Amino acid sequence: MVAIAERMATVKHKILVLSGKGGVGKSTFSAQLAFALAARDFQVGLLDIDICGPSIPKMLGLEGQEIHQSNLGWSPVYVESNLGVMSIGFMLPHPDEAVIWRGPRKNGLIKQFLKDVYWGELDFLIVDAPPGTSDEHISIVQCLDAANVDGAIIVTTPQQVSLIDVKKEVNFCKKVGVKVLGVVENMSGLSQPISNLKFMKITDNGEMKDVTEWISEYMKEKAPEMLNLIACSEVFDSSGGGALKMCNEMAVPFLGKVPLDPQLCKAAEEGRSCFADKDCVVSAPALQKIIDKLMETSGLSMTESNGV
Amino acid sequence: MENGDIPEDANEHCPGPQSDSAGKSDACEGCPNQQICATAPKGPDPDMVAIAERMATVKHKILVLSGKGGVGKSTFSAQLAFALAARDFQVGLLDIDICGPSIPKMLGLEGQEIHQSNLGWSPVYVESNLGVMSIGFMLPHPDEAVIWRGPRKNGLIKQFLKDVYWGELDFLIVDAPPGTSDEHISIVQCLDAANVDGAIIVTTPQQVSLIDVKKEVNFCKKVGVKVLGVVENMSGLSQPISNLKFMKITDNGEMKDVTEWISEYMKEKAPEMLNLIACSEVFDSSGGGALKMCNEMAVPFLGKVPLDPQLCKAAEEGRSCFADKDCVVSAPALQKIIDKLMETSGLSMTESNGV
Repeated sequence: MVAIAERMATVKHKILVLSGKGGVGKSTFSAQLAFALAARDFQVGLLDIDICGPSIPKMLGLEGQEIHQSNLGWSPVYVESNLGVMSIGFMLPHPDEAVIWRGPRKNGLIKQFLKDVYWGELDFLIVDAPPGTSDEHISIVQCLDAANVDGAIIVTTPQQVSLIDVKKEVNFCKKVGVKVLGVVENMSGLSQPISNLKFMKITDNGEMKDVTEWISEYMKEKAPEMLNLIACSEVFDSSGGGALKMCNEMAVPFLGKVPLDPQLCKAAEEGRSCFADKDCVVSAPALQKIIDKLMETSGLSMTESNGV
Repeated sequence: MENGDIPEDANEHCPGPQSDSAGKSDACEGCPNQQICATAPKGPDPDMVAIAERMATVKHKILVLSGKGGVGKSTFSAQLAFALAARDFQVGLLDIDICGPSIPKMLGLEGQEIHQSNLGWSPVYVESNLGVMSIGFMLPHPDEAVIWRGPRKNGLIKQFLKDVYWGELDFLIVDAPPGTSDEHISIVQCLDAANVDGAIIVTTPQQVSLIDVKKEVNFCKKVGVKVLGVVENMSGLSQPISNLKFMKITDNGEMKDVTEWISEYMKEKAPEMLNLIACSEVFDSSGGGALKMCNEMAVPFLGKVPLDPQLCKAAEEGRSCFADKDCVVSAPALQKIIDKLMETSGLSMTESNGV
């Protein structure tokens, strides 16, 4: 714990990224948050403690990289000079091999990450957790206890099953004394240019026939005004009030919504920043607004960048 | 193995956790498991015997796994349970996701409690031939986080298997949490004597999901569980064009809702469009998706389920999609997958016991 406190002394802000439920886009959000902060000239570290399902290497375009040791400790893998990443993903000889570890062994590795990784001077350390409230979460909070975690961002989707799990996550934070910096509602509706859609017709015998090309011509001829529109689908019913309502009920900040954007998914899979991608028309602005709001409400905007 | 499986983090020359010298031999010095090995009881676990007895009246045990979270595993488990019950089988659904138990909601059983009888714990019945067990029923406050470390979760899983009275079942579906950790190791160990038929793995087309599925397949191979097949969920979004909203990006970059206007416009200018289904890929499957991965790993591909807002709705309201006329795209896809599952696993030989 002493060693951990020493390592963390050169880290100004520590932010946990949590979710109650899996698959809500937590790692995608962590990665894009890291990109955004690095683009604002902060020194950023991204620590992936999802031992069983480490997505972070892929999302930063770092698959196949290895960890090097120096006399100062383990070296993070650098995407850019001011954005370093650490994940068990870098330690697996065969990426398809399952990491079948029970809790104590996972805790041991998390401790080691915190103890042995040499981050240097960081403005932000983002810790990407696995979903849920179990060993990894208890461990990271205990280990960082002396080091003053700024707080946690909780990612969710609008579905009721996600919101149920977010409430548990908020209660976990309250129980262990971690401040909830805010909640992000991800996959908040699907928005894309109408030209990206395919169209199917259900024939008389119940089969689906692809009529996309025909419709494209048809629209050009009969309904040209439709060609430039954005088609939106709610996908996950938010008539329950979604994350905003839950935030009001639980008195935690609501940071904003990110739409389900196939271009963001693509950027994430290819390890790219959505902010540098002109195709992420709907998601990049939404994410920037959320990050601006986060900096504001958490008093983090007071942090001056150290530059590169 | 007579002396128990050698743990991965054990010292060299480990005598085996079940051996008489476990924890006490020279080779054990400094091993992280030393304390546990020295003090744990040896010999057959009486709990395992009890579990085997309970499982003796269960014909088929199917695990539903996923490498990654949020791929629709619980939704699939619930709909699979509904489908099998509709075919007159006796079905049990066991939810071992201790931290995030979704199953009660998906079967419309929120707020229900567990009752005990002299035979054991009673599952909560959706219908007379569909019984459900989940930690969700045991939580006094559904918003309260279950912050348990591994050993406590394992204890509860064992208890579920030991104390729940299922009676005669054709199928026990076990809905696991995502990943490959305590819960998964425990359920496989506990059911080891009871002959698990196999596991269905649910994924989405995204590459990050497929990476985790490969790990899940390798987990199954490692622990000797047969992979009955892989389901690719959220395989494209399909919905009637009338369910879409339309936005126009104005000159100053704002989004303006023009849905009503477009609705009239279509009726007037392009009426042929009104009955169409609009499809979006959402998650890029240019990598080949789950089908390609199944071919590479030599496991059966069971089929694709589209992302259907009506299915999401049915799931949230605890209803069967097969009984819902709005689940136009998802219900047929799921039926085909279940048919294929029954076929490829030889489960179609099972005759229903009737109700």
